[in-house]
Amino acid sequence: MVKWTDKERSTVASVWEKIDIDEIGPQALARILIVYPWTERYFGTFGDIFTATAVLNNDKVAAHGKVVMKALDKAVKNIDNIRGTYADLSRLHYETLRVDPDTFKLLADCITITVACKLKSALSPQVQATWQKFLSAVVDAMSSQYE
Amino acid sequence: MSLSAKDKAAVKAFWAKVSGKAGDIGTDALSRMLVVYPQTKTYFSHWKDLSPGSAPVKKHGMTVMNGVGDAVSKIDDLSAGLLSLSELHAFTLRVDPANFKILSHNILVVMAIMFPEDFTPEVHVAMDKFLAALARALSEKYR
Repeated sequence: MVKWTDKERSTVASVWEKIDIDEIGPQALARILIVYPWTERYFGTFGDIFTATAVLNNDKVAAHGKVVMKALDKAVKNIDNIRGTYADLSRLHYETLRVDPDTFKLLADCITITVACKLKSALSPQVQATWQKFLSAVVDAMSSQYE
Repeated sequence: MSLSAKDKAAVKAFWAKVSGKAGDIGTDALSRMLVVYPQTKTYFSHWKDLSPGSAPVKKHGMTVMNGVGDAVSKIDDLSAGLLSLSELHAFTLRVDPANFKILSHNILVVMAIMFPEDFTPEVHVAMDKFLAALARALSEKYR
């Protein structure tokens, strides 16, 4: 079980309240498709996601970005039991969606970069450390049902 | 995953924009690496002060970014261009190459923070590829 100090909890909460799920979600998903193009394999029904311009203008990418960030909201609100909160989601990604769990780490990095663009210097080294600790717990939880 | 002509152009254009702040970028990236990945501190036990923005961190941040700038100018043949740096890291410093990825990540985070409008997804992928190619060149002499 991941342990959180009070300072870490308030840091994660304060980062989260500075971002707009509907803004950051689409940007983070666009980044993973552009920066790590092999992730396109999971989005066969999204139409044209094969150039940066196409990705950035794709409505399905934007919509799905929001879905992903709404799920991250659940982790923020259940920070003491991210594993339990994400058990079904992890099973879904393994059994049905068949997503390589390395992908979760790539998305976490894209989320961090997107948050960095938004928060700028408010993402201090200490805040970055706590935020990445949170995302590591999320990545762990997403990988937990893979066997 | 080699650098295309488009990647090289994007890297050179972005570097031209940001190189004036190379010192700040290096200081911030190194500071973050030491805070976010504390295991990296093991390489700097000879420094008096490992806190963000300290004198040794500032000095070394500049050294690292001078290396990055040099690599940009040698982007067409990184292996040859970074030969002596590779030997330094392999035989003298003996930095585990896994750490190159860690520092690269923090350089990207700093670029996003300092240049949010310019660090578009296209620039992001070009810089990520470039830093990975740089790391590969730096690892050449290891074994």
